[in-house]
Amino acid sequence: MIGNLNNPASRNGSRPTPDLSQPILSVENLTVSFDGFTVLDELNFAIGYGEMRFLIGPNGAGKTTLIDVITGKSKPSKGRIIFDGTTDLSRRQEYQLVRLGVGRKFQTPSIFASLTVYQNLEVTLGFRSRITRLLGKPRRGESDRIMSTLEEVGLQHRAQDVAGGLSHGEKQWLEIGMLLVQEPKLLLLDEPVAGMTRRERDRTGELLQSIGGERSVLVVEHDMDFVRQFAQTVTVLHLGKVLSEGTMEDVQQDPEVIRAYLGNSRSQRPQAGRLNGRREAEHAAPVAAD
Amino acid sequence: MTTMSSIITVVRNASAPVRVHDRIGSWIAPAIMLAVLLAAPAVLSDFRIALLGKFLTFAMLAISLNLIWGYAGMLSLGHGVFFGLGGYAMAMYLKLESAGGKLPDFMFWSGLTELPFFWAPFKYAWFAIPMTFVVPAVLAGALGYLVFRSRITGVYFALITQALALIVSILFIGQQAYTGGTNGITNYTTIFGYALNAPSMQLTLYYASVAALTVAYLLCWWLISSRLGRLLVAMRDDENRVRFSGYDPAVLKTLVFSLSAGIAGVAGALFTPQVGIISPTMMGIVPSIEIAIWVAVGGRGVLLGAVIGAVVVNGAKSGLSESFPAVWQYFLGLLFIGAVLLFPSGIMGLLRGEGWQRPWWLSREQIRGAISRLVPGATR
Repeated sequence: MIGNLNNPASRNGSRPTPDLSQPILSVENLTVSFDGFTVLDELNFAIGYGEMRFLIGPNGAGKTTLIDVITGKSKPSKGRIIFDGTTDLSRRQEYQLVRLGVGRKFQTPSIFASLTVYQNLEVTLGFRSRITRLLGKPRRGESDRIMSTLEEVGLQHRAQDVAGGLSHGEKQWLEIGMLLVQEPKLLLLDEPVAGMTRRERDRTGELLQSIGGERSVLVVEHDMDFVRQFAQTVTVLHLGKVLSEGTMEDVQQDPEVIRAYLGNSRSQRPQAGRLNGRREAEHAAPVAAD
Repeated sequence: MTTMSSIITVVRNASAPVRVHDRIGSWIAPAIMLAVLLAAPAVLSDFRIALLGKFLTFAMLAISLNLIWGYAGMLSLGHGVFFGLGGYAMAMYLKLESAGGKLPDFMFWSGLTELPFFWAPFKYAWFAIPMTFVVPAVLAGALGYLVFRSRITGVYFALITQALALIVSILFIGQQAYTGGTNGITNYTTIFGYALNAPSMQLTLYYASVAALTVAYLLCWWLISSRLGRLLVAMRDDENRVRFSGYDPAVLKTLVFSLSAGIAGVAGALFTPQVGIISPTMMGIVPSIEIAIWVAVGGRGVLLGAVIGAVVVNGAKSGLSESFPAVWQYFLGLLFIGAVLLFPSGIMGLLRGEGWQRPWWLSREQIRGAISRLVPGATR
């Protein structure tokens, strides 16, 4: 009901209904290089409709770069990114991709600190409106939609508080809420539990599980405990290619994966420790980007 | 005195978390101020009213800068150009009307024999008056789109607008035959067929300034209390998040920059007939920086702050420079440093009881904080 307000599917009636057995996102032979250094190397990768996928891999595997390319922040030197059956994402501007239904959460919480929690969602909700619409009164039903999203992320009691005063975990949830209120088809989350307490991590995991099913979610995560607890399907990225894909148990047994994590890395032990889920000091602090 | 203290009480009570929703600050205090401005001619001499009328055009200019700087975080150091362009558009009309069909005097002295084509339509008020808004708005829109599309923000945007101020003022000085050069355009005698120096006309222009300021205030207030206004604040907080929320910041920033320039232009159009001259000095770098000082002193991010800042600083300027002309520049500099470091929310912040920063506590963090409040992103 509420979803019809801004749902692109109901607005673009002429568009053919996508074949749900096909992937919502399909990355084909994607190559990205910076200054001659190849970060993604002929990468092939797909996510289905309604799927929640975890993306793991040692530092430098290209996880954040993959998200950057899908959201238009970096441009690929080769390859295609097919979204929702028809659209090639690789040649579009960031804001156009969001309007198509690709939402992205950044590693460090990225919110509007001087607006209230409610206003943060209200601002992102207007993303398909014309300028004249943004000057007028909010549409009917918007307030319900904002409040129900706040309830979903557990921030309804903070609605009127200034977002800058939220705790780190609450800011992360707020940013997820700002994405959810836009009803994206595909949600990309870059280390959503970095820097969270154990309780916050568990709540975030439950939140992700409730989001999955309705929409496709791709989660980049370093916290192996978290991945083991909440992931169904895991993709391991290494040196810009997909190394392994399957359940967490499967990929943990995969000798290639074990080798990649132990590999010739200078930090052998911590990397191996991560894969096997030993709790480390790193989990408490936000992990550096790839 | 009673009025002033009641304003203070009213403003103080308004401590809502977000200023945009500050109804008392947005309605009652401005309404009292409007009443005071409307009643002022009954109390003040003609000379003082003429001065106040000039200050009100500055207040309008300050509001236009506050819209983009205080809310959207874009510090323009070239707003004098837009004010000046509006002033020149009006001056062209006034000059042609005063010349009574003949060639304006400065063109004759520069050796022109006929009116340049772009001057010709300015003899009609119906053309010249809209142009006072359109010309600066189009210039700002074109410059803004190029700059914002390239994702130039913060300090670099401020520097580009400052360069604009330098370029335009040099251009106007150089093109004497078309612009009047260093002297600018002056010696107008009539406006709409009435004598310009008559006290009744000066009073009319004063009321016109009050009206224009009110309209500009209401327009900006409507804008910033809409969702678009919150989007401007959002761009100040995190432009990247706005982009990744499905908006094109380049378009939004261009629109609001262009609107701001248009308002500044109309302010300039009201300035010219009241002061009797517009010259390139109004468009140079120094006046453009002064505008930023008015806003910083009054209070960034509060519309009324810009009005108070412009009137108070200019009041102090004419008071001080009448008695101690040499002191004024130093005083202005101190005022700016004070407004940036010690009173980050300006006069409005003091009225709201937000307090001030202790000077002996000027830590590196405090200075970084002050600078990044001036230009968001400057210390990243």
